Amino acid sequence: MKSALEIAAAVRGGQSALVAVEESLTAIRARNEELNVFLYVDEDGARAAAARVDEQVRRGEDPGLLAGVPIALKDNLCTTGIPTTCSSKILEGWHPPYNATVVDRLVAHGAISMGKTNLDEFAMGSSTENSAFGPTRNPLDPARVPGGSSGGSAAAVASNMTPISLGSDTGGSIRQPAALCGLVGVKPTYGLVPRYGLIAFASSLDQIGPFARSVSDAALLLEAIAGHDPLDSTSLPEPTPSLLAHVADGVAGKRIGLVRELVDGADDDVVRAVTKAVETLKDAGATIVELSIPELHLGLSAYYLIAPAEASSNLARFDGVRFGNRVDGEDVTAMMEATRTAGFGAEVKRRIMLGTYALSAGYFDAYYGQALKVRTRMIEAFATAYQQVDMIIGATTPSVAFEFGSKTNDPMAMYLNDVFTIPTNLAGEAAISVPFGTGEANLPIGVQLLGPGRSEARLFAAARVLEIADGRA
Amino acid sequence: MMLPNGWEMVVGLEVHTELKTKTKLFCGCANEFGSAPNSQVCPICLGLPGSMPVLNERAVELAMAIGFALNCTIQDSTFHRKNYFYPDMPKDYQVSQYDLPINARGYLDLPDGSRVSIERAHMEEDTGKTTHLGTSGRIHGADRSLVDYNRSGVPLVEIVSGPDIRNPQQARDYVAELRSILVAIGASDGRMEEGSLRVDANVSVHKPDTPFGTRCEIKNLNSLRSLTRAIEYEALRQIDVLEDGGSIRQETRHWDEDRGETSTLRVKEEAEDYRYFREPDLVDLAPDQAWKDRVLAGLPKLPARRRQDLEALLTNPTDAQRDGVTTVVDLNLDIYVEGVAQAQGDVALAVARAANELAANIEKLANLSVENFVATVAMEQSGQLSATQAKNVLSELLDQGGDPVSVARAKGFEQLSTDSLSATVGELIVANPEEWQRFKDGDDKLAQFFIGLVMKATKGQANGKAVIAELQSRR
Repeated sequence: MKSALEIAAAVRGGQSALVAVEESLTAIRARNEELNVFLYVDEDGARAAAARVDEQVRRGEDPGLLAGVPIALKDNLCTTGIPTTCSSKILEGWHPPYNATVVDRLVAHGAISMGKTNLDEFAMGSSTENSAFGPTRNPLDPARVPGGSSGGSAAAVASNMTPISLGSDTGGSIRQPAALCGLVGVKPTYGLVPRYGLIAFASSLDQIGPFARSVSDAALLLEAIAGHDPLDSTSLPEPTPSLLAHVADGVAGKRIGLVRELVDGADDDVVRAVTKAVETLKDAGATIVELSIPELHLGLSAYYLIAPAEASSNLARFDGVRFGNRVDGEDVTAMMEATRTAGFGAEVKRRIMLGTYALSAGYFDAYYGQALKVRTRMIEAFATAYQQVDMIIGATTPSVAFEFGSKTNDPMAMYLNDVFTIPTNLAGEAAISVPFGTGEANLPIGVQLLGPGRSEARLFAAARVLEIADGRA
Repeated sequence: MMLPNGWEMVVGLEVHTELKTKTKLFCGCANEFGSAPNSQVCPICLGLPGSMPVLNERAVELAMAIGFALNCTIQDSTFHRKNYFYPDMPKDYQVSQYDLPINARGYLDLPDGSRVSIERAHMEEDTGKTTHLGTSGRIHGADRSLVDYNRSGVPLVEIVSGPDIRNPQQARDYVAELRSILVAIGASDGRMEEGSLRVDANVSVHKPDTPFGTRCEIKNLNSLRSLTRAIEYEALRQIDVLEDGGSIRQETRHWDEDRGETSTLRVKEEAEDYRYFREPDLVDLAPDQAWKDRVLAGLPKLPARRRQDLEALLTNPTDAQRDGVTTVVDLNLDIYVEGVAQAQGDVALAVARAANELAANIEKLANLSVENFVATVAMEQSGQLSATQAKNVLSELLDQGGDPVSVARAKGFEQLSTDSLSATVGELIVANPEEWQRFKDGDDKLAQFFIGLVMKATKGQANGKAVIAELQSRR
């Protein structure tokens, strides 16, 4: 399948948007049953949208940055007319009466939604095994997980069903599956992409971002969805940064920190890839500074208090009163209990309980309160580091894609998958995972580049250097 | 009221006021009372998944205005989530200010000269409204419950007083004064019956110079009358318990207006753990000095000052006139009285007519210009209209509009001619020779007797002063 940039250029040049849409539908038909990528394929909607884009081109209008580009949407983004489930039984059959801001922006840029992709229920997980609608398989090795929670959106791109897709990243849910599926995945600066219409897992950590096969396509998609939204009070007020224009800027003169804590504990093949990436960037003119940020080790513990605490509150509204599934009870309290007992899966319940406990009177200071202090220290530690360097490099995940069931009985082992990605979410900063080399079983490895808030252009430029060196030009 | 055996009551009040904004606190839905159920809702105030709040700028301005009016410090503030499950609360948490309210540490001076401290006045969102169908009328045992989310997300300010109130009358004065201020600054319509102003009372008793007693919170106080009755009942109940050797447990109690008593709603041990934490979907609220200055500059003259200014127009005002002034200010009728004062008219008469005739027809005021009110008072003052006629003319003006001279003429309220009045007085003197003799002998009280007869004979069209003048001329 062509890249998003190529499709948009072809459509602007007069090629029907239906060409890419039909190609996408063919790819979906070929493998969706095997891989369980899409929970809902919007065939009619996609064809109708393609016709509208064609009509715009015929009238001499520019359909936008993503003219006629098929895209897959993680099923925690609200879309009118078709279901939004968060891969949870509790929302099965619900049709939101509104679009997420990013969905409206995609439409405004001429993109064509092919449908909604699988995820760990309410984005809680690192393997997409927690979906109420079955796991998604890794297109590169169907015996292995695609990562999570945005496993469906990663698999859609990795299996050439769409050239690009949207995920959400609360603790690594874009970067980790991108690494495991051999894709570029971006966790934008907190507030860069509006969250309105993203069903919240942990509001202070959630951020929507792109999956793509190339750095340029990822930059293109992020440029289309970024920018202030009056409906999201936490969205940044500054104008959308120019990203695509800086992809080829290179890293000459840049200072890049190799942070020990972002490699410690990773498998040997992963460590080798990071080491090679560092050499590559040095060869391209960057200065490498070896750093230690001990606070990063505290990230995982803080995250597993803050994220569940916010989730326990965010998920309270799924009570059977106004939308979604309802299981009747003899009074309203019994109805709510029965609805939530039947509607939520085990991992969601575990996190609601963790978060409720962390916020409870008598425990708040020891748990949630401490976690907030750690978060502040992490922000300060990153700020200190960024006085010395322009960006940081490390691993995205400790290993390549793992096999189904290998971590499902050990929540801690599963949580440790996000140890390198979580600090960026806690700090509200930017990071990108870019494929670089392969490891065990010839599976892809992701190298992670981290930067301060609004440093995306810089990170894309460095990622592009690695992409070229990796032979993906 | 005096409590028995030297007991003293200690009362603190929590007043919730709905803010008079066009739209809700976090979305663009109309903030209107009485619309069809669930007609003023959107994904945000319904708490649909993915929706996010955006703070209403006007609500912040009104909250700051309340802070300024109550002499508070307006400070940088934050929003928290108060988590608990209830069907009329769409998100199953309420967004409210918690440890950093927008307004802190103020006070309110009452007309009796006492000062009640204000601990805080913070912003929060209202919930929806649940109607329970079934014999119980309450959530337990209801056959069905219907929820109307029109009120969900309506902006509220909760004003928390210090424990400074010592008797029911003071509590009443506090709420009355607060309501008057809220209405004056345009923050609230002040309607307790519609629930736009809601009061909870924290009541305890103790002996002076000993620590405060354990308090109980009284809910469901829907009128000033309920407030005073409930506080009095609760203080006496607590004294009974204590004098019987019992102790008061901290609890929330429900006021039953019909039975005139409070009863346990929930005890402290059953209180919810609200798991407050910072609302991550909102940013800190930090109004800059220029914004605060604009709100302060836009603040109207407050009721206490307005009462003072009106009373200064009266010479040695009586208690009744002071009450009249309070009514005039509460109902925002100052301009009518001030108009009469500017025209060098009878201010006492203006206060009486405004506090009675205008106050009773407040919804028709648009029909009555200040100019026509001033003219009517002048006609009454000069004797062109009797008191009864003047009231009648005002009533007509309020109903239909028009000017007082035309209305008086149309109603046949031409003042009785001097000849006609003289003739009537003459007839009545002849008919009541004994009384007339006593009057002539110096018994001034009998003037009232003759005025009454003249009024009866003329169906109220005579002017009292003119009758006295006629009587004096014949004495």
